Amino acid sequence: MSAAVRTIAEFRGLTKTFGPVVAASDLNLSIAEGEFLSFLGPSGCGKTTALRMLAGFEAPTEGEVLLDGEVVNHVEAHNRPVNMVFQHYALFPHLSVFDNIAYGLRQRRPQPDRATVKQKVEKVLEIVRLEGFGPRRIWEMSGGQQQRVALARAIVNEPKILLLDEPMAALDRKLRKEMQIELQTLQRRLGITFVLVTHDQEEALSMSDRICVMNGGRIVQVGTPRELYDNPRTRYVAGFVGTSNFFDAVVAEAGPDHVAARLAGGQHVRGKPGFAVKTGQEVCVSIRPEQIALSREAPDAGMSEPVTILNRIFLGEHTEYLVRSGTLGDILVLVPRQSELNAGTFNVGEEAFVSWDENALLILEQ
Amino acid sequence: MRLYAISVYLFLYIPIGVIAVFSFNSGRHASQFMGFSTKWYGKALSNPFVMDALETSLIAAFLTACLAASLGTMAAIALQGVSGWLRTLFDALIYIAVMIPGIVIGIATLIALVTVFGWVNPMLAALWPEGATPPQLNMGMGTLVAAHTMFTMALVIIIVRARIAGMDRSLLEASQDLFATPWGTFRQVTLPLIAPAILAGFLLSFTFSFDDFIIAFFVAGSETTLPIYIFSSIRRGVTPEINAIGTMVMAASLMLLVIAQMLLRRGVSKSG
Ligand SMILES: Nc1ncnc2c1ncn2[C@@H]1O[C@H](COP(=O)(O)OP(=O)(O)O)[C@@H](O)[C@H]1O
Ligand SMILES: [Mg+2]
Repeated sequence: MSAAVRTIAEFRGLTKTFGPVVAASDLNLSIAEGEFLSFLGPSGCGKTTALRMLAGFEAPTEGEVLLDGEVVNHVEAHNRPVNMVFQHYALFPHLSVFDNIAYGLRQRRPQPDRATVKQKVEKVLEIVRLEGFGPRRIWEMSGGQQQRVALARAIVNEPKILLLDEPMAALDRKLRKEMQIELQTLQRRLGITFVLVTHDQEEALSMSDRICVMNGGRIVQVGTPRELYDNPRTRYVAGFVGTSNFFDAVVAEAGPDHVAARLAGGQHVRGKPGFAVKTGQEVCVSIRPEQIALSREAPDAGMSEPVTILNRIFLGEHTEYLVRSGTLGDILVLVPRQSELNAGTFNVGEEAFVSWDENALLILEQ
Repeated sequence: MRLYAISVYLFLYIPIGVIAVFSFNSGRHASQFMGFSTKWYGKALSNPFVMDALETSLIAAFLTACLAASLGTMAAIALQGVSGWLRTLFDALIYIAVMIPGIVIGIATLIALVTVFGWVNPMLAALWPEGATPPQLNMGMGTLVAAHTMFTMALVIIIVRARIAGMDRSLLEASQDLFATPWGTFRQVTLPLIAPAILAGFLLSFTFSFDDFIIAFFVAGSETTLPIYIFSSIRRGVTPEINAIGTMVMAASLMLLVIAQMLLRRGVSKSG
């Protein structure tokens, strides 16, 4: 990101405990104005807690939340210039679609006049493609429509940050894809900072400018989707952002750009370290399934391993093979359609060789 | 089993049916049906004693319902913030208040009030200047409404609290998130969502107070409510006029109860 980008929100050593449960632990993060940031992690890792501290629904146990450069720990939720799309939408059942959306505007003091409210509400109804739905009751709307109402109800207030807590979790797969695209387009168009919470890596990868991967209440790594995919720092991130093969290894020689490691089977591999390593340290070697080649003969150069084909799944663009190596265990290989056309398919039970370029190997924290 | 159920219902409803039927009796005796007539209704409605008693009952029921609904709602909301042993204690007290027989409440309230008035009245008299007549606290409308409110408030608390418990908490957070102050959230979200329960509580309290005989008998003092009037005239024999009054009271109560039930149901299905 360029230096001109302003920080709109910041966590400084933010910790939240619920009795003995540490929901969030020492979170440090800057959120840039206008970016689309996702909190990604499995259920219970503290994503919602982080979001709720930003919204003002939870008071931090320790640390500070900054909005626009000011500490807002003691500013109540109704005084923070952020709005939230709740996981189950939390639309007011006793109000019409129009009144739900107008709710935030009508809390302003002095109150805006009716014409202004009407005009603003109608404009967002158009943005979320629900023109004419204003007089409807909430329970007359489908799940997807309710979600758009929830979105409209938040963005009509032109918040500094829009917070979204798993907004797509309740939608079916097809609708979810549509909404993802719609949300992303909307974010570009409005220029509002979006902070999304999700446990769906695909969702996070496809929508976000940056992803903050969390585990057990901690931030594990923050980066663009590409950074996280290409240079995960830990085994956890590599496994959560995309799929990967992992082999246990011990560092044999630690250089500045390349590290030599010894695998369980005695083979030596060289790879890029994701972090500072020491000789003798136990690490994890990771390689993505699509970076492994499958062949009938061992290639002349580079590292290769004899394997047996265990399973084959045709995925259209790719074919996924599960193969077993005597020393490395089971390995997942993704063969693109084109190379399969050249080399032919492998049958279950057949012997073959896997090989990879050493630049594709990553040395990760265990 | 079925026969058993049917006979239970017959046992319950035949007397009520008989009263309703005989209220249309043109004859003067309750034991023989002489032909259809609505004259007893006319007679009942033009009897000044009946109308006086009806007025007293309506005023008492209305005041009771207003007080019980507002105090009960406030208590239910306040109890949201209470937890632990204090909450358990309050819950127990509320359920006990509902379960105690009316006669116990009647006698207990009577004794308590008489005792308190016994202390307060001499004090008031002592404070008042010589010559002027000091005010006297007495059994009457005030004590009647107070006793009814005490009992029905517990009902309102139970109903409203069930409704609050069934409410989606995230709605309150959503309101807060949309810049509403705590009072604004209460007024615009909490209150509308629990309104059906409050109204149902109001109607139940009204019906209870309007129909109650036992508590009123002890604490109404010189006031005559409709049930008390009916009781005292029955001692002179059951007339079709009494049947007519009874039928009207029953119809009105039933209607209010059905409305209350509908409100509670509708409230649930809407928010669900
Ligand atoms: N109000 C609460 N009271 C007690 N524990 C809570 C509360 N909110 C969250 N937690 C706990 O904090 C942890 C993180 O929760 P949460 O932030 O909701 O995770 P996520 O959104 O990533 O699924 C969980 O172990 C959860 O049980
Ligand atoms: Mg969550």
